[in-house]
Amino acid sequence: MDLVLFLTFALIAVACAINMSLQRHPVSSALSLVGVMVSLAVLYVLLGAEFIAAAQLVVYSGAIMVLFVFVIMLLNTGAEKMSKKAGTAHFLGFPLLVILLAVASWVITNATSAMKPVKFGAFTGGGPREVGWELFTRYLLPFEVTSILILIAIAGAYRLANKEMD
Amino acid sequence: MYSLFPPEFFKLTIPLSGYLILSAILFTIGVATFLFRRNVITVFMAIELMLNAVNLTFVTFSNHFGKVDGQIFSFFVMVVAAAEAAVGLAIILMVFRNRSTLQIDDFDTLKN
Repeated sequence: MDLVLFLTFALIAVACAINMSLQRHPVSSALSLVGVMVSLAVLYVLLGAEFIAAAQLVVYSGAIMVLFVFVIMLLNTGAEKMSKKAGTAHFLGFPLLVILLAVASWVITNATSAMKPVKFGAFTGGGPREVGWELFTRYLLPFEVTSILILIAIAGAYRLANKEMD
Repeated sequence: MYSLFPPEFFKLTIPLSGYLILSAILFTIGVATFLFRRNVITVFMAIELMLNAVNLTFVTFSNHFGKVDGQIFSFFVMVVAAAEAAVGLAIILMVFRNRSTLQIDDFDTLKN
Protein backbone atom coordinates (compact mmCIF):
# COMPACT_ATOMS: atom_id res chain seq x y z
CA MET A 1 0.00 0.00 0.00
CA ASP A 2 3.02 2.28 0.59
CA LEU A 3 3.91 2.38 -3.07
CA VAL A 4 0.35 3.12 -4.20
CA LEU A 5 0.01 6.04 -1.78
CA PHE A 6 3.47 7.37 -2.63
CA LEU A 7 2.91 7.22 -6.38
CA THR A 8 -0.56 8.77 -6.14
CA PHE A 9 0.48 11.74 -4.07
CA ALA A 10 3.83 12.21 -5.82
CA LEU A 11 1.96 12.42 -9.13
CA ILE A 12 -0.56 14.86 -7.64
CA ALA A 13 2.29 17.00 -6.29
CA VAL A 14 4.16 17.12 -9.60
CA ALA A 15 0.97 17.76 -11.60
CA CYS A 16 -0.06 20.59 -9.28
CA ALA A 17 3.45 22.10 -9.44
CA ILE A 18 3.44 22.04 -13.25
CA ASN A 19 -0.05 23.53 -13.25
CA MET A 20 1.14 26.27 -10.90
CA SER A 21 3.91 27.06 -13.34
CA LEU A 22 1.61 27.20 -16.36
CA GLN A 23 -1.45 29.07 -15.05
CA ARG A 24 -1.75 32.70 -16.12
CA HIS A 25 -3.78 33.94 -13.16
CA PRO A 26 -2.13 34.11 -9.70
CA VAL A 27 -5.22 32.67 -7.94
CA SER A 28 -5.01 29.48 -10.01
CA SER A 29 -1.31 29.24 -9.17
CA ALA A 30 -2.09 29.68 -5.48
CA LEU A 31 -4.70 26.89 -5.53
CA SER A 32 -2.25 24.56 -7.31
CA LEU A 33 0.37 25.37 -4.68
CA VAL A 34 -2.13 24.37 -1.97
CA GLY A 35 -2.50 21.03 -3.81
CA VAL A 36 1.28 20.53 -3.72
CA MET A 37 1.42 21.30 -0.01
CA VAL A 38 -1.43 18.97 0.93
CA SER A 39 0.08 16.05 -0.98
CA LEU A 40 3.46 16.77 0.62
CA ALA A 41 1.73 16.56 4.02
CA VAL A 42 0.50 13.05 3.10
CA LEU A 43 4.07 12.10 2.13
CA TYR A 44 5.30 13.39 5.51
CA VAL A 45 2.85 11.05 7.23
CA LEU A 46 4.20 8.19 5.10
CA LEU A 47 7.70 9.14 6.27
CA GLY A 48 6.62 9.04 9.92
CA ALA A 49 6.67 12.80 10.53
CA GLU A 50 3.19 13.35 11.94
CA PHE A 51 3.91 16.64 13.66
CA ILE A 52 5.56 18.16 10.59
CA ALA A 53 2.62 16.99 8.45
CA ALA A 54 0.17 18.77 10.75
CA ALA A 55 2.36 21.89 10.82
CA GLN A 56 2.59 21.78 7.03
CA LEU A 57 -1.20 21.82 6.75
CA VAL A 58 -1.71 24.50 9.40
CA VAL A 59 1.21 26.83 8.68
CA TYR A 60 1.75 26.46 4.94
CA SER A 61 -1.58 25.66 3.34
CA GLY A 62 -3.44 27.44 6.13
CA ALA A 63 -1.62 30.62 7.10
CA ILE A 64 0.85 31.38 4.31
CA MET A 65 -1.45 30.58 1.39
CA VAL A 66 -4.32 32.55 2.96
CA LEU A 67 -1.89 35.48 3.15
CA PHE A 68 -1.12 35.03 -0.56
CA VAL A 69 -4.79 34.87 -1.49
CA PHE A 70 -5.48 38.01 0.57
CA VAL A 71 -2.78 39.93 -1.26
CA ILE A 72 -4.01 38.69 -4.66
CA MET A 73 -7.52 39.80 -3.67
CA LEU A 74 -6.29 43.22 -2.51
CA LEU A 75 -4.26 43.91 -5.63
CA ASN A 76 -6.68 42.35 -8.13
CA THR A 77 -4.53 42.72 -11.22
CA GLY A 78 -5.86 39.85 -13.34
CA ALA A 79 -3.83 37.57 -15.57
CA GLU A 80 -0.22 38.43 -16.29
CA LYS A 81 0.99 39.72 -19.62
CA MET A 82 3.82 38.07 -21.49
CA SER A 83 6.89 40.17 -22.13
CA LYS A 84 9.74 39.95 -24.61
CA LYS A 85 12.49 40.89 -22.17
CA ALA A 86 13.44 37.42 -20.92
CA GLY A 87 15.15 36.12 -24.05
CA THR A 88 18.28 34.69 -22.49
CA ALA A 89 16.38 32.94 -19.74
CA HIS A 90 14.07 31.25 -22.26
CA PHE A 91 16.85 30.02 -24.54
CA LEU A 92 19.30 28.91 -21.86
CA GLY A 93 16.89 28.15 -19.04
CA PHE A 94 15.20 24.96 -20.15
CA PRO A 95 18.35 23.04 -21.21
CA LEU A 96 20.15 24.10 -18.03
CA LEU A 97 17.21 23.04 -15.86
CA VAL A 98 17.00 19.66 -17.59
CA ILE A 99 20.74 19.21 -17.00
CA LEU A 100 20.28 20.20 -13.34
CA LEU A 101 17.50 17.65 -12.87
CA ALA A 102 19.40 14.90 -14.69
CA VAL A 103 22.61 15.43 -12.71
CA ALA A 104 20.68 15.62 -9.42
CA SER A 105 18.79 12.39 -10.18
CA TRP A 106 22.01 10.62 -11.23
CA VAL A 107 23.84 11.67 -8.08
CA ILE A 108 20.88 10.73 -5.86
CA THR A 109 20.45 7.32 -7.50
CA ASN A 110 24.16 6.54 -7.20
CA ALA A 111 24.53 7.76 -3.63
CA THR A 112 21.43 6.13 -2.16
CA SER A 113 21.36 2.82 -4.02
CA ALA A 114 22.77 0.93 -1.01
CA MET A 115 20.52 2.62 1.57
CA LYS A 116 17.57 0.80 3.02
CA PRO A 117 14.15 1.64 1.56
CA VAL A 118 11.49 3.64 3.36
CA LYS A 119 8.89 1.52 5.11
CA PHE A 120 5.77 3.01 6.66
CA GLY A 121 5.76 2.51 10.42
CA ALA A 122 9.49 1.76 10.71
CA PHE A 123 10.28 5.21 12.11
CA THR A 124 8.07 6.37 14.97
CA GLY A 125 10.04 9.33 16.31
CA GLY A 126 8.08 12.09 14.57
CA GLY A 127 5.20 12.70 16.95
CA PRO A 128 4.68 16.00 18.79
CA ARG A 129 6.20 14.53 21.96
CA GLU A 130 9.55 13.64 20.41
CA VAL A 131 9.77 16.79 18.27
CA GLY A 132 8.85 18.98 21.24
CA TRP A 133 11.41 17.28 23.46
CA GLU A 134 14.23 17.97 21.00
CA LEU A 135 12.95 21.47 20.27
CA PHE A 136 12.95 22.54 23.92
CA THR A 137 16.18 20.86 24.99
CA ARG A 138 18.87 20.73 22.30
CA TYR A 139 17.35 23.34 19.99
CA LEU A 140 16.17 25.79 22.64
CA LEU A 141 18.49 28.64 21.57
CA PRO A 142 17.54 28.49 17.85
CA PHE A 143 13.91 28.33 18.92
CA GLU A 144 14.20 31.52 20.96
CA VAL A 145 16.15 33.26 18.19
CA THR A 146 13.32 32.32 15.81
CA SER A 147 10.83 34.07 18.07
CA ILE A 148 12.92 37.26 17.82
CA LEU A 149 13.01 36.82 14.02
CA ILE A 150 9.22 36.62 13.92
CA LEU A 151 8.94 39.71 16.12
CA ILE A 152 11.18 41.64 13.70
CA ALA A 153 9.14 40.33 10.75
CA ILE A 154 5.90 41.52 12.36
CA ALA A 155 7.39 44.97 12.98
CA GLY A 156 8.76 45.15 9.43
CA ALA A 157 5.52 44.06 7.80
CA TYR A 158 3.56 46.55 9.91
CA ARG A 159 5.93 49.38 9.00
CA LEU A 160 5.91 48.51 5.28
CA ALA A 161 2.18 48.06 4.96
CA ASN A 162 1.19 51.10 7.01
CA LYS A 163 3.32 54.11 6.17
CA GLU A 164 3.56 55.97 2.93
CA MET A 165 7.21 55.85 1.87
CA ASP A 166 8.79 58.71 0.00
CA MET B 1 -9.27 -4.09 -5.58
CA TYR B 2 -7.20 -6.57 -3.59
CA SER B 3 -7.80 -9.31 -6.12
CA LEU B 4 -6.43 -7.21 -8.97
CA PHE B 5 -2.87 -7.25 -7.66
CA PRO B 6 -0.79 -10.02 -6.12
CA PRO B 7 -0.42 -9.68 -2.33
CA GLU B 8 3.29 -8.91 -2.65
CA PHE B 9 2.37 -5.69 -4.41
CA PHE B 10 1.02 -4.20 -1.19
CA LYS B 11 4.19 -5.02 0.73
CA LEU B 12 6.49 -3.14 -1.65
CA THR B 13 8.60 -0.40 -0.09
CA ILE B 14 9.70 2.85 -1.65
CA PRO B 15 13.43 3.38 -2.26
CA LEU B 16 14.94 6.42 -0.60
CA SER B 17 15.78 7.85 -4.01
CA GLY B 18 12.06 8.04 -4.85
CA TYR B 19 11.46 10.75 -2.28
CA LEU B 20 14.72 12.54 -3.09
CA ILE B 21 14.06 12.58 -6.85
CA LEU B 22 10.51 13.84 -6.22
CA SER B 23 12.07 16.62 -4.18
CA ALA B 24 14.52 17.40 -7.00
CA ILE B 25 11.67 17.51 -9.55
CA LEU B 26 9.65 19.92 -7.38
CA PHE B 27 12.72 22.09 -6.85
CA THR B 28 13.41 22.23 -10.59
CA ILE B 29 9.80 23.21 -11.32
CA GLY B 30 10.17 25.92 -8.68
CA VAL B 31 13.33 27.25 -10.34
CA ALA B 32 11.63 27.17 -13.75
CA THR B 33 8.65 29.12 -12.43
CA PHE B 34 10.98 31.58 -10.74
CA LEU B 35 12.88 32.19 -13.97
CA PHE B 36 10.13 32.22 -16.57
CA ARG B 37 7.16 33.90 -14.95
CA ARG B 38 6.67 37.66 -14.95
CA ASN B 39 4.16 38.12 -12.13
CA VAL B 40 5.86 38.99 -8.86
CA ILE B 41 3.30 37.04 -6.75
CA THR B 42 3.81 33.88 -8.83
CA VAL B 43 7.58 34.30 -8.51
CA PHE B 44 7.11 34.53 -4.75
CA MET B 45 5.02 31.34 -4.77
CA ALA B 46 7.84 29.59 -6.67
CA ILE B 47 10.14 30.37 -3.74
CA GLU B 48 7.66 28.70 -1.38
CA LEU B 49 7.60 25.65 -3.67
CA MET B 50 11.41 25.41 -3.54
CA LEU B 51 11.36 25.65 0.27
CA ASN B 52 8.79 22.83 0.36
CA ALA B 53 10.98 20.64 -1.85
CA VAL B 54 13.93 21.14 0.50
CA ASN B 55 11.70 20.29 3.48
CA LEU B 56 10.84 16.96 1.85
CA THR B 57 14.55 16.14 1.62
CA PHE B 58 15.05 17.02 5.30
CA VAL B 59 12.16 14.80 6.41
CA THR B 60 13.32 11.93 4.16
CA PHE B 61 16.77 11.92 5.70
CA SER B 62 15.27 12.24 9.17
CA ASN B 63 13.41 9.02 8.40
CA HIS B 64 16.53 7.37 7.00
CA PHE B 65 18.80 8.14 9.95
CA GLY B 66 16.07 7.54 12.51
CA LYS B 67 16.66 10.93 14.15
CA VAL B 68 14.29 13.82 14.62
CA ASP B 69 16.81 16.58 13.83
CA GLY B 70 15.85 16.80 10.15
CA GLN B 71 12.25 17.41 11.13
CA ILE B 72 13.34 20.19 13.50
CA PHE B 73 15.21 21.80 10.61
CA SER B 74 12.17 21.61 8.35
CA PHE B 75 10.14 23.15 11.20
CA PHE B 76 12.55 26.09 11.30
CA VAL B 77 12.36 26.39 7.51
CA MET B 78 8.57 26.67 7.84
CA VAL B 79 8.85 29.41 10.46
CA VAL B 80 11.34 31.37 8.38
CA ALA B 81 9.09 30.94 5.32
CA ALA B 82 6.17 32.37 7.27
CA ALA B 83 8.21 35.42 8.33
CA GLU B 84 9.52 35.81 4.80
CA ALA B 85 6.02 35.63 3.32
CA ALA B 86 4.75 38.32 5.69
CA VAL B 87 7.57 40.76 4.90
CA GLY B 88 7.70 39.92 1.19
CA LEU B 89 3.99 40.38 0.64
CA ALA B 90 4.14 43.69 2.52
CA ILE B 91 6.93 44.76 0.14
CA ILE B 92 4.80 43.68 -2.84
CA LEU B 93 1.87 45.74 -1.51
CA MET B 94 4.20 48.72 -1.08
CA VAL B 95 5.61 48.40 -4.61
CA PHE B 96 2.15 48.03 -6.11
CA ARG B 97 1.01 51.14 -4.26
CA ASN B 98 3.85 53.15 -5.80
CA ARG B 99 4.03 51.59 -9.29
CA SER B 100 0.52 50.19 -9.94
CA THR B 101 1.96 47.07 -11.60
CA LEU B 102 3.03 43.55 -10.67
CA GLN B 103 5.18 42.83 -13.77
CA ILE B 104 8.75 42.28 -12.57
CA ASP B 105 10.11 43.78 -15.80
CA ASP B 106 8.88 47.15 -14.58
CA PHE B 107 10.81 46.93 -11.31
CA ASP B 108 14.21 47.91 -12.77
CA THR B 109 15.14 50.93 -10.69
CA LEU B 110 18.28 49.20 -9.36
CA LYS B 111 19.42 48.15 -12.84
CA ASN B 112 22.64 49.74 -14.23
